[in-house]
Amino acid sequence: MDLNFSADDLAFQQEVRTFLADHYPAGLKAKFDEGEELSKEDFLSWHKVLAAKGWAGIAWPVEYGGTGWTSVQRYIFAEESARADAMRLLPFGLNMVGPVIYTFGTPEQKAKYLPRILSGDDWWCQGYSEPGAGSDLASLRTKAERFTGDDGKEYYRVNGQKTWTTLAQHADMIFALVRTDATVKPQEGISFLLIDMKTPGITVRPIITLGGEHEVNEVWFEDVIVPVENRVFHENKGWTCAKFLLAHERTGIAGVAASKRGVERIKTIARTEIDSFGDEAQPLIANPFFKRKVAELEIDLTALEFTELRTLAGESSGKGPGPESSLLKIKGTEIQQRITELALEAVGHYGAPYFRGFGEGDNEHPIGPDYAHRAAPTYFNVRKTSIYGGSNEIQRNIIAKMVLGL
Amino acid sequence: MDFNFTDEQTMLRDSVARYLSDTYTFDARMAAVHGEAGWNPHVWKAFAEELGILGAPFAEDHGGLGGGAIENMIVMEEIGKALVIEPYLQTVVIGGGFLKAAGGALAEAVIPKIIDGSAIIAFAYAEPQGRYNLADLRTTAKKDGGGYVLNGHKAVVYAAPWATHLIVTARTGGSVRERGGVSVFLIAADAPGITRRDYPTVDGARASEVYFENVAVGADALIGAEGEGLPLVERVVDEATAAVCAEASGVVRKLHEGTLDYSRQRKQFGKSIGEFQVLQHRMVDMFMEVEQAVSMTLMATLRIDEHDRSKHVSAAKNKIARGARFVGQSAVQIHGGIGISNELAIGHYFKRATMIESQFGDADFHLRRFETLMD
Repeated sequence: MDLNFSADDLAFQQEVRTFLADHYPAGLKAKFDEGEELSKEDFLSWHKVLAAKGWAGIAWPVEYGGTGWTSVQRYIFAEESARADAMRLLPFGLNMVGPVIYTFGTPEQKAKYLPRILSGDDWWCQGYSEPGAGSDLASLRTKAERFTGDDGKEYYRVNGQKTWTTLAQHADMIFALVRTDATVKPQEGISFLLIDMKTPGITVRPIITLGGEHEVNEVWFEDVIVPVENRVFHENKGWTCAKFLLAHERTGIAGVAASKRGVERIKTIARTEIDSFGDEAQPLIANPFFKRKVAELEIDLTALEFTELRTLAGESSGKGPGPESSLLKIKGTEIQQRITELALEAVGHYGAPYFRGFGEGDNEHPIGPDYAHRAAPTYFNVRKTSIYGGSNEIQRNIIAKMVLGL
Repeated sequence: MDFNFTDEQTMLRDSVARYLSDTYTFDARMAAVHGEAGWNPHVWKAFAEELGILGAPFAEDHGGLGGGAIENMIVMEEIGKALVIEPYLQTVVIGGGFLKAAGGALAEAVIPKIIDGSAIIAFAYAEPQGRYNLADLRTTAKKDGGGYVLNGHKAVVYAAPWATHLIVTARTGGSVRERGGVSVFLIAADAPGITRRDYPTVDGARASEVYFENVAVGADALIGAEGEGLPLVERVVDEATAAVCAEASGVVRKLHEGTLDYSRQRKQFGKSIGEFQVLQHRMVDMFMEVEQAVSMTLMATLRIDEHDRSKHVSAAKNKIARGARFVGQSAVQIHGGIGISNELAIGHYFKRATMIESQFGDADFHLRRFETLMD
């Protein structure tokens, strides 16, 4: 056991740090800091830079164009990215459907989709949740009926509705869980389809969330025709892919590096904000009530970090991500939420102005300090993290059942 | 000991509740929130003329209902339940509170206008550097002939875009944070030298940054004695804090009720999610916070005239700030994705609950104030 980086790791750290400093798009950083809604081009600009460098497929095997990095190298990359305030690449292609395709897909599917996921040419979204199927995902009802086309080929006809589909408004492709057999146990009649978003019959409708963002959508399917070769793995075995994907999603979800950066930001804000009480005025960080909460947060984050490192060590010795990753999801999201609580507390009165509401062309100095603008909307928005990817209640059920054997 | 409302108080509650449930629907509220004015003047007119509640805490001599803090509590709880954005707190509780306490010609002139709905008041007290410290003032009011000249910047003044009058705290003497030297003024909102930057707030209201540049006012604009205004400000802010506790009680009750309803309707794994014990316990915990919010609101309201008023108000606000966060977060969690959609009322109750947490001081501020005041 050794907590120190090797000489190779240190060299790698330096390489990553230099690359980020030289190549992270300045405009993207500015927009992110200002709290502007990012465009599709914004999201892709960093993806394209990393793809050109060969660093998009961070956790992918080399044979599919991945980095082949060790878990330590991945850890270093995440740390350095957070330190540089670089955005994380969207997970839907790279961390979700990509691993499903290289694990379960046919050679044709791998050849067709994996390079375009790595390059960012295809934007993927996730068609899992439905209005009636949230925590109980297996009860999903979007129906795919198989038929033989006039051309003699096999197709599915898809009808139904997905919801909470993140950034579907930009998507080229959706990976969707669909019901292909309604006569068996729910988990045994689900298939995993890759669907082109340009297919006739698909409608995307925005859902506006509490901070005013258009981040999630409803996706409607009306007689959408999908070739059978777009199915990953066997018919009615899609649940296997779904479970595999959810476990993968949970490891990334700990977000340790980003939360470390979040704690640093809280400290910076708390050194800037003045806490006026009675006849004293001091930096907020000197307020023992506030400081204690920051300290507890940092301790809890350290506990999460070392739990994740232990999990990663297990993975690199050949164990895939298991149900233990539910622990990372629960604790990781709780910490992300506490960071947003402290940020909102720290900004005091200036948490109230709704920054999207400033007048058009209002180029005067914005209301309150820059770091205050997104405090409340971010606090509202980040409530989603304990709901999505399997709610934290479901994650506790998974641990109870799969880890504790209850 | 008697915790029962009088017949008049029960009637007041019922008539406000009935009016709001009939006319102040969630859709009507959101239409006002997104409209150009950001509020509904017809509602205000109805408050004045149909319900008479703008006179709830004022003496009958002024045309009021002869009530006080309990009447404000009753109205504010209903305001919380319906997520009312119109400025009862700022105009009646705060504006009325200052004028009632100070009395004199200004009170005689303005209280009837509050009651008939023609005076709308906003309270310009917070400053960018001052956090929740009411004495941390850089806004100055310099003696000039028979009157004063004001200069300064007031932060996040709720209801300022709609106001006919501003109540402004400023220094006529003393240094920043000194208890002495604070004066309170009532100023026409359109007085020369006042400029505003208006904006929506995250909880659906409107507010402004208000700037004073050589704003000249007469000596008759002064509320209370020059330089001795801080105790009055503290008193009125304690009354206002008790009033937002009442509002919070209404907000968390609706969050809890909405969550219970949803948990009965929403089916997953073949049953209502309300049948899952882990959610039942969470909803029981929410229920206990709601009940304690009501209790602490009542406690603070009934003790609002006692000498250790501030300690009791801080106890209530601390407890309710923590409870509002727990209930709001739990309501969203149990609703799942739909809880963070802007389309449903539940998310808007959560947003208001969140802003109430820090209004007139957050949980930490009131814990700290309680510690300094407790025996």
